[in-house]
Amino acid sequence: MKELKLMKGNEALAEAAIRSGCDAYFGYPITPQSEVLEYLSLEAEKRTGMTVLQAESEVASINMVYGAAGTGKRAMTSSSSPGISLMQEGISYIACAELPCLIANVMRGGPGLGTIQPSQGDYFQAVKGGGHGDYRMIVLAPSTVQEMVDFVRLGFDLAFKWRNPVMILADGALGQMMEKVELFEQQPRKTNIEPWATVGKPKDRERNFITSLHIQPDKMENINLHLQKKYNEITKEEIRFASSGCEDAEIILTGFGLVARICQKAAQLARAKGIKVGVFRPKTLFPFPYAEIEKLASNPKLKGILDVEMNAGQMVEDVRLAVNGKTRVEFHGRMGGIVPSPEEVLAKIEEKFVGELV
Amino acid sequence: MAKVKGDIFIDIEKCKGCELCKVACPQSSLELSRKINSKGYHYIVKIEDNCTGCTNCALVCPEGIIKVYRKTLNKKEPVATITNVTNDITVTVQQ
Amino acid sequence: MNEKTMLGENIAETADTQEVICCPENLVYEKPDTLLDTPMHYCPGCGHAVTHKLIAEVIHEMDIQSETIGIAPVGCAVFAYNYLNIDMQEAAHGRASAVATGVKRVFPEKFVFSYQGDGDLAAIGTAETIHTCNRGENILIIFINNAIYGMTGGQMAPTTLPGMKSTTSPFGRDVATMGNPLMITNLVASLPGVYYATRVAVNSPSNVRKAKKAIAKGFEYQKLKKGLCFVEVVSNCPSNWKMTPIQANKWLEENMFPYYPLGDLKVPNDKEK
Repeated sequence: MKELKLMKGNEALAEAAIRSGCDAYFGYPITPQSEVLEYLSLEAEKRTGMTVLQAESEVASINMVYGAAGTGKRAMTSSSSPGISLMQEGISYIACAELPCLIANVMRGGPGLGTIQPSQGDYFQAVKGGGHGDYRMIVLAPSTVQEMVDFVRLGFDLAFKWRNPVMILADGALGQMMEKVELFEQQPRKTNIEPWATVGKPKDRERNFITSLHIQPDKMENINLHLQKKYNEITKEEIRFASSGCEDAEIILTGFGLVARICQKAAQLARAKGIKVGVFRPKTLFPFPYAEIEKLASNPKLKGILDVEMNAGQMVEDVRLAVNGKTRVEFHGRMGGIVPSPEEVLAKIEEKFVGELV
Repeated sequence: MAKVKGDIFIDIEKCKGCELCKVACPQSSLELSRKINSKGYHYIVKIEDNCTGCTNCALVCPEGIIKVYRKTLNKKEPVATITNVTNDITVTVQQ
Repeated sequence: MNEKTMLGENIAETADTQEVICCPENLVYEKPDTLLDTPMHYCPGCGHAVTHKLIAEVIHEMDIQSETIGIAPVGCAVFAYNYLNIDMQEAAHGRASAVATGVKRVFPEKFVFSYQGDGDLAAIGTAETIHTCNRGENILIIFINNAIYGMTGGQMAPTTLPGMKSTTSPFGRDVATMGNPLMITNLVASLPGVYYATRVAVNSPSNVRKAKKAIAKGFEYQKLKKGLCFVEVVSNCPSNWKMTPIQANKWLEENMFPYYPLGDLKVPNDKEK
């Protein structure tokens, strides 16, 4: 029997964490995602006995995640843009030590203290690596509260499959809005001990140690080569995206997360006026669906691509890389926490491309 | 108190010549050797044979490379031992 | 095990043909197997190495090698996990007590300790230290205070003494501009979450014995879930103090001990074990 519920994004994410059999959540209050910690503080202990701890800072939170993840348990944290900035060093350590964990970023307008309104201004930080060194997180971009739920479970699976940090890159609106969600059944908490985990050295194995320190350069290079090889395999296997109406489209809108839904509406409005518009939405921002976008861009009937984001233009660079000059790529962005409207996107389509269509 | 005799074994390859054992030794029986180990450190050697096995040197040694041995000598030895009582009695007297 | 030394030359051996004392039944001390044979990188005479040995001895004697997880800091002891034969994690600079919290919270039955220097624990990691202690996290924090940043080459630390020279206080620590040494152990001792806080040293045989007892207590109290145990080891740094190990230990007694007096700062009131 399906379990349906009307839930706020942040609380749905927290509920999904409990149901995914998460073992530990370490977090710190920051608008617009404090509800994750609040919900877990209320629900988690009594339901699965998972650890829920409010740390003294996001720096402490990510390092607590490091510790718990190092024992092979399912560990996670969540925060919003400024807090995620504080976590960057810890994330770099986690990536190098190859620890599986989940980090949710419910983005808010920046830079600086910025605003608490939604934004997508942390794309570069999340996808290109906001911390030091060459590393990547698997980045999942939910566009519905349902995906906020599904990506938690998927995130933990990918984290352990690849021994890599996974980020859920949502935004303040997704965190705060309520939608109907279908909840998956309760998964068991982790009981098997990972061979690499630090749980106390039994007689029958060498000691395990978790480190990101490799002082000899040749050894450090090998670590990096290993990581890059892993990221290539992740790219081969884990690309996810959604597209609609792109087969006959003259214009394709690209966008991720919440904005992709706005593009969906804009496409509807455009089709009502006879303009064939499709929408392409990457679900994974790393690994990015370059090949798929390139394929779409090579369609001779296509007039161009309009990338829409809530930032000054970040994913658009990857779209341009994918398109590689095969078609025109235009951009429309809103910042400061302003959410673009479908009509606004439609107007931009007409402004940029109408001359060519008629 | 029964007389005690100690001795130590130093893994001189790992000694860094810090001399902390030398100052900790109540019997001053340790000294840096004029020779050096493969790392280039003068290592510690026992120069006196008056070690009592008190373990001071091993306690302060940062490298944990000193093994300490201790034997209590001159235990109350039997004054006489009677052996082979059946056929003939031989008595040996201990000094 | 052939008792002869590797180089075969040990003056005592050649002294005379007296009875061999060095044989297994006479063994009264050797390093425990929880301390690996890997030669430690510490400078000659460094207190870090002695403290590693004591931790290894306590873990060996309490037979908790399979139950203990250690957290190494960033600092001279960054390679601690190469020397201690237990499961360990390397924490980011200053964050060892948070990492330890993460481990302890998901494995409450395990013994968890964080091993940190003065820069790690009392400068960049102050917030983590204060809050881990204030939560009364049921872990042991071993804090090596040698009043200097060792690994990075001798800079001033929060615990550098007034007037004490370092590469970043070349004319001596100026209290007017850089404040007084941070008495972090006194700070944490005042927090209810801290059950046992003490200051020890490893510069003499008797101090080594006391230090080992303190570390053992730290693990025992952890087993009894008494809360945070905090052991400060007032230690030396021959290289960066620019002294020989013997001089450094003398300077330690004459300058560090008056500022960081050894002894318990907080002991359980109900007469525990």
